[in-house]
Formats: sequence, structure tokens, C-alpha cells
Amino acid sequence: MNALEVAIARKSYPRERGELVAIEGLDFTVRQGQFACIVGPSGCGKTTLLSIIAGLDRDYQGVVSRNGRNLGMVFQTPRLMPWLSARENVRLAIDPPPRAPGRAEEMLAEMQLEPFLDAFPRQLSGGQQRRVALARAFVNAPDLLLLDEQFLSLDAPTAQHLRELLLSLWARRRPTILFVTHDLREALSLGDRVLFLTAGPARLALDLPLDLPRPRHPDDATIEAMRVRLLESHPDLLRGLTAGGAAESAA
Amino acid sequence: MSGALQVFRNRDFWLRCLSAAALLAVWQIAAAAAASPLLPGPAVVTAALVKLLLHGRLLTDLGISLARVAASFVLAMAIGSAIGIVMGRSRRIDRLFDLWLILGLNIPALVIILLCYVWIGLGEAAAVTAVALNKVPTCAVILREGARAIDRELLQVAEVLRLSWWRRMRKVYLPQLYPYFMSATRAGLALIWKIVLVVELIGRSNGVGFQLGVYFQFFDIANILAYTASFVAVVMAVEAFAIRPLEQSLTRWRA
Repeated sequence: MNALEVAIARKSYPRERGELVAIEGLDFTVRQGQFACIVGPSGCGKTTLLSIIAGLDRDYQGVVSRNGRNLGMVFQTPRLMPWLSARENVRLAIDPPPRAPGRAEEMLAEMQLEPFLDAFPRQLSGGQQRRVALARAFVNAPDLLLLDEQFLSLDAPTAQHLRELLLSLWARRRPTILFVTHDLREALSLGDRVLFLTAGPARLALDLPLDLPRPRHPDDATIEAMRVRLLESHPDLLRGLTAGGAAESAA
Repeated sequence: MSGALQVFRNRDFWLRCLSAAALLAVWQIAAAAAASPLLPGPAVVTAALVKLLLHGRLLTDLGISLARVAASFVLAMAIGSAIGIVMGRSRRIDRLFDLWLILGLNIPALVIILLCYVWIGLGEAAAVTAVALNKVPTCAVILREGARAIDRELLQVAEVLRLSWWRRMRKVYLPQLYPYFMSATRAGLALIWKIVLVVELIGRSNGVGFQLGVYFQFFDIANILAYTASFVAVVMAVEAFAIRPLEQSLTRWRA
């Protein structure tokens, strides 16, 4: 069964002269429970795509249909409410707001954030803030989880730790995941499938199913070999992708 | 850490005491040098204050003035915030009414007071309206700034989480405006404390402002200063026991 069907004919932004076409003729479906990575050069419209799927941007031509009610989204930055503690930030996602401690605290404990329940975001490190954001997205047991360029601004060990955390949550709860990144090795190490987008306007360039055993690591020899092979067979396609996990702020 | 803070606080406290004592000393010396009923010393004013507290209508007048301050403050904050938020959210409405706001900011307080008494009549409604109207534009300007600075990214989070309107307001939208509410409160009270006395002087027959006018006619400086001291004490108490704790609780997360 498909959890997500995307058929965006066109999405553009008005500019001073004319318009900027961000997405044109992008069609794909994602199966229930699949971990799909979306890879494309920075600024190719990946974040726009997620906004459309999340329903934040309704100004486009085409159809996007989601199966299942609960949507979780983790933005490029954690976007926590600075005036709410870690616990309150996660509780914010629960409707109706819980009176007694429960799901929010359990979720934060799963993220190994138990000592920081009452800390404000400002008192947390970047990695800890990301974990709170993940907890907030997971606490509603989403059917579909959208993640935008999650771990690229973190140091390599922290990023890898969070990737493993994400995979273990996914393994247990099996939401459908759409994971956007511009790091090919990260995508290859995480997904069941990698969707490659062209430089803007975004279009599907390659749909690559992955059948590699887990656990994998972005620095594994098989991943690296696969990356090299892909770059050789599709030299134009993947131009603009970063090779490593270099931090980059996408527009 | 907390020990060091304690010492610092203590030193701060003593400096303030010293400063207050110096002020009293300057006053005392000036009064002694002038040796005139037009500049009574601290002792004379204290005696007048005690007498007013025990036998006069000081407490009644203070209460009446405070009630007027409270009423016009609430009115002005409600109307001013609403105008400011609407203007901050919509560029078009902002352009449309910006001129009105500038006009409101620049009309002298006295003109507003006189016109209110003329148009509404010499009553309580006119007095409270006049004070409130003087503060509405300032409050609107501050809240407009706040509404412009609202973080759209956080509102997107609220949308993804499908928060109800009430929760979105309480947990996501309004907390971003709290600092602006606080500075509007501060600026507003500072203005209202002053204007309410003028309003009372011109068109009311009770309250601190009215009583100051009466004493002015008799050149009764000791009682004027006694009234002033009690009014200032109330203002400072409100700041210390209401506004500062409120601000601290609202900005706890910044620590």
C-alpha cells in the first residue's frame, strides 16, 4: 500500500522578473513503512517538496495524497519553542495536552534525555535539541515522518548516533520516512531507497532501490564503493552533491 | 557562585542606601539654607505625611488615582495591543493607518485631555478615556514591532502539530510577544502615572492630582511633597512587587 503519492506538475516562486520554478513534473510514490531518502543538490527544491507534502505550502499545481492521519515533521533546524522546557516542547505535540507525566517523558527517555526534561532549549547542545525535535515528531506515532537535512550540521559521531537512534525508532514503529539530504553517503547508509532529484527545477532523476544489510555506516567500504559506482555511471546527475558530511546551509 | 552573588547584592544594596541618604542630606541642607516654608525639609514633610495618613484624605485620593490608572491602563493595553498586532500582521492595514498612528503619537497629551472633557463631559468616563487615549498609540507602536518580529518558522511547527487556535496562541504566538507586552507595560505605566494627575487637576474633584492643585493654590509645599512622596512610593512598589516579578517569570527561559 502506498503511504504517499506525489504528483507535482509545477511549483514556482514569484521573482522580481518572472518566476523561479522550484519543482516541475515530479512524480513518485512511497510504500507504507519504507525509508526513502531524497537526494539532490542544495537549493534544488527539496525543502519546498517537504513543505508541500506537509501541507504547509498549498500554492502548487498537482496532487499530493497522504495515507494516514498522523504526520511528523523534523525541520532543518530544531525549531523548539525557546520558552518551553524539553518536556513541554514534546507535550505540545500531544492533543489533548496531558495532565500527568507519560508519553512525552517516555519519548524523551528513549532519546536519552531523561536528565534534561526541564531544561530549556537554550541550555541544550545542538545534538540534544535535535533529539528533542525528534521526540516531538515521534511522540504521536506518526504514519509519515518527514525529515529535512537533519544531521549535517553536527559533528560526525553525534550525527551517527542520531542516525542510529532514528533507525532504531523506525525499526520499532515502522513509520514511512522521507529523509531529505544532500549527502549521498548518508542517504546510502540510511534508506531502503534513494530518490535522486535534478538541480532546480526538481525532477526525479533516478529511483534507486537499496537492498543492503543493516547496520550500515556512511564510511563503510560498500557504501563508498556504491557511491563511486553511482558517480561514474551518472556523472551529470549527481553533480553538486557533497561527498562527505560537510556542513552546508541550504537556502 | 551564589555566595559571590550574595556579596554583590549586598554591596549593591548598600550603595543604594548611601545614594538615598545622600539625596536626603542634599534636601536637608538646601532646606536649611533656604529657611523658607516654600522649601520644607524632610522632617516637616514627614510630619505632614503622617498627619495626612492619620487624619487627611490621602489614602482615599491615592486609591481613586490608582483606580483611574488601572482602568485606563487595561483599556489602553487592550486597544493598543489589538491595533498594533493587526497592523504588524498586515502590511496593507499598516500602510493605511500608519499616518493615524503618527498623528496620535504627536498630539499633545493636554489637547487630548481637554477634548475628552469637552466632548464626553466632565466625568469619570472622560478622565479614563483621556488617559487611555494618550497611551494607545505608544502601545500600538511597540506591539506592531512585536507582531512584525513573529517567527514564521515556529508558526509552521504549530501548523504541522495541528495545534488548536487557543494552544497556538498560548504556547507559540503570545510568548513571542511577551517582551513587547512588558516594554509596553513599562512605557505605558510611566506615561499614565504622569498624565492621570494632569487629568485630575483639570477636571476631577478628587484624586492625587486634584489635591495637589488645591495645595498649590495655598502654596502648601509640605503637603504637596507629602502627596508626591506617597504617590512615588506606590509607583515604586507596583514596579518592584508586580511588574518585575511578572517580567522575571515570563523571561525565565532566557536565563
